[in-house]
Amino acid sequence: MISPSQLDVDRDKGDFHYDTDYSFDAGIGLSEDVVRYISEVKKEEPWMLDFRLKALSTFEKKPMPTHWATDDLKNINFDVIRYYLAKGQQPSRTWDEVPDDIKNTFERLGIPEQERKFLAGVEAQFDSEAAYSNMKEDLAKEGVIFVGSTEGLKEHPEIFRKWFGKVIPTSDNKFSALNSAVFSGGSFIYIPPGVKLAQPLQAYFRINAENFGQFERTLIIADEGSEVMYMEGCTAPKFETSTLHSAVVELVALKGAKIQYVTVQNWSNNVFNLVTKRAIAEEEAEVRWIDCNIGSRLTMKYPGVILKGRKARGEVVSIALANDGQHQDTGAKMVHAADETTSNVVSKSISIGDGRSSYRGLVQMPGHLKGCKNNTECDALLINNKSQTDTYPAITVQGDANSVQHEASVSKVSAEQIFYMKQRGLSEAEAMSLCVNGFVNDLIREFPMEYSVELKRLIDLEMEGSVG
Amino acid sequence: MNSLKIDNLQASIGDKSILRGLSLEIPKGEVHAIMGPNGSGKSTLAKVLSGHPDYEVSGGTATLDDDSLLGLEPDEISRLGLFLAFQYPMEVPGVSIANFIRAALNARLKEGEKIKAVEYYKDLYAHMDDLGMDRKFTSRSLNDGFSGGEKKRCEILQMSMLSPKYAILDETDSGLDIDALRVVSDGVNRMRNPERGILVITHYQRLLDYIVPDYVHVMSEGKIVRTGGKELALELEDRGYDWIKQEAVAS
Ligand SMILES: Nc1ncnc2c1ncn2[C@@H]1O[C@H](COP(=O)(O)OP(=O)(O)O)[C@@H](O)[C@H]1O
Ligand SMILES: [Mg+2]
Repeated sequence: MISPSQLDVDRDKGDFHYDTDYSFDAGIGLSEDVVRYISEVKKEEPWMLDFRLKALSTFEKKPMPTHWATDDLKNINFDVIRYYLAKGQQPSRTWDEVPDDIKNTFERLGIPEQERKFLAGVEAQFDSEAAYSNMKEDLAKEGVIFVGSTEGLKEHPEIFRKWFGKVIPTSDNKFSALNSAVFSGGSFIYIPPGVKLAQPLQAYFRINAENFGQFERTLIIADEGSEVMYMEGCTAPKFETSTLHSAVVELVALKGAKIQYVTVQNWSNNVFNLVTKRAIAEEEAEVRWIDCNIGSRLTMKYPGVILKGRKARGEVVSIALANDGQHQDTGAKMVHAADETTSNVVSKSISIGDGRSSYRGLVQMPGHLKGCKNNTECDALLINNKSQTDTYPAITVQGDANSVQHEASVSKVSAEQIFYMKQRGLSEAEAMSLCVNGFVNDLIREFPMEYSVELKRLIDLEMEGSVG
Repeated sequence: MNSLKIDNLQASIGDKSILRGLSLEIPKGEVHAIMGPNGSGKSTLAKVLSGHPDYEVSGGTATLDDDSLLGLEPDEISRLGLFLAFQYPMEVPGVSIANFIRAALNARLKEGEKIKAVEYYKDLYAHMDDLGMDRKFTSRSLNDGFSGGEKKRCEILQMSMLSPKYAILDETDSGLDIDALRVVSDGVNRMRNPERGILVITHYQRLLDYIVPDYVHVMSEGKIVRTGGKELALELEDRGYDWIKQEAVAS
């Protein structure tokens, strides 16, 4: 199976950037011209330009969701963001062809080594576009497609167009509309019927430029009876000004297919991370979102599964860590739309200092369905009394042929507990790391081995940072 | 020098003064006992020496061998070699005893050194056997849901694994039945040696039948008001604390 390695999304290690000459630059601010520019450099067909322009107008019409979400959203200044920056339009297929500055970035982050070690394929996105994309040859022979969204659209329009925007409509929320207008990069993956990938595919998202918005768009289609694990890691350097990451990720698991989508993000503290992720699971299909949110200024992310076919299963396993000055607003959406569908949500959040974690969960089970089950468990750990946590579970269950279980807990690591542990010789950071690792240990086991090693290391680093 | 030395120590919490010029010296190789009524400041002394952040030290000195303890972080003090067995050990959910003790031992190693798992567990099991602790305890969360007696055994286990230069045991006897008291006392007695100084804080002389001290000090209102041999404990048992207090006021 998969051999241990590291993903390396250490924020300090990622805190560097190279001056890069971009050949493609849509300038500063958002307008119809920007959208046209992006579509043009990508040589898109008219339907796509049309799609983008409609999305732009939807974005402009939609208010910020501050009636339920944090007011901090108002601090995003869409006029100063750069929406498209790319060095080239074609990702390199061999590492040697990657431009030096970009290559240096990913080498510092350890990307090529990991590919050699345990991955079936890698895509490395630098600002707006994939700079490198490669997949093992035998998989290509089996018909597996793993390319950037631009290439996916160009080379495989029949599959792409069939599913694009179908799981998450443009108008789902203000940020899905924004993404739909200006998206670039992200992965397009198709797994043919019955093909089971033994090794994961990985994407690495890297923001390099200041005042930049990264709007990748990922679409994964697992055809009947196929299996795939996709992993993504994200970093950005620390800039003075804020940066926006607003992705849309759509997954389609056809009959009996299995998709696992693993995210370890470790954004620097100036990133607004506003991501829409949703899956459709057909009959007996299984989708698992395994999500770890570390860093960022504000993360809003509620991965969802629409359980569309009988006996479909959906799961969200998430860890969120909100340190000083950070707000992790995360959760899950489970929409039961067929009989005997089951969903499971396990969420653990850690709030440190004045960090804040919110959990928002939505479970829908209409009354005409039978034999559906949801289990939701959300636990919060507060380290020192300034931190906050809140949960907003929304559960709509009609009818009594279904079952829903919801458990929530809040625990605290007090100053006295820390003192006790320090009395045994542990530094404050070590004491906090032990508590946090103990708290999330059972979830960390859900991550692939190479990610769990990385996660533990990230948590240690985060604790060291938090005690200064 | 080779002692835990406290001189004219004054400490307060908020505007409440608790330690009022306390002096005491515990040389290596000796066991001292502090007795005193509730509220006289015994636990405060233990916590101040351990660097608890809530207390403010307004005067005096405290040194471990030749290192001053005042102003150091609790973990630095611990690594210098002072262990405190707490009167009320904290529960730490999610952190197993085995991981915790291992982390504490690791914290004492030099950069690049590592504890070998096999040897560590062998050592841990041997100490647990001595204390009559079931091996299942290694994977249990630290003190989480433990009975009073289990918590105290767990303190002694940590102490014996960390092998400190000086140990303060704060009311380790409270809440123990006679069998547990014997096990815990045996654990402490095994640690008596010429290289270690031990301070036993207790409210009752009973413990001192098991851990026989070289000296007994009586504390009242933040000071040591009397020092004697083991027989002083028996005298206190007979006459209560009031006469000491009165004597202290009179002098
Ligand atoms: N955290 C605290 N806040 C306020 N008063 C305290 C605190 N800790 C101890 N005290 C007070 O200090 C005095 C000494 O307490 P303590 O050291 O626990 O005594 P002992 O251990 O001898 O019973 C008591 O009057 C107690 O109420
Ligand atoms: Mg006490």
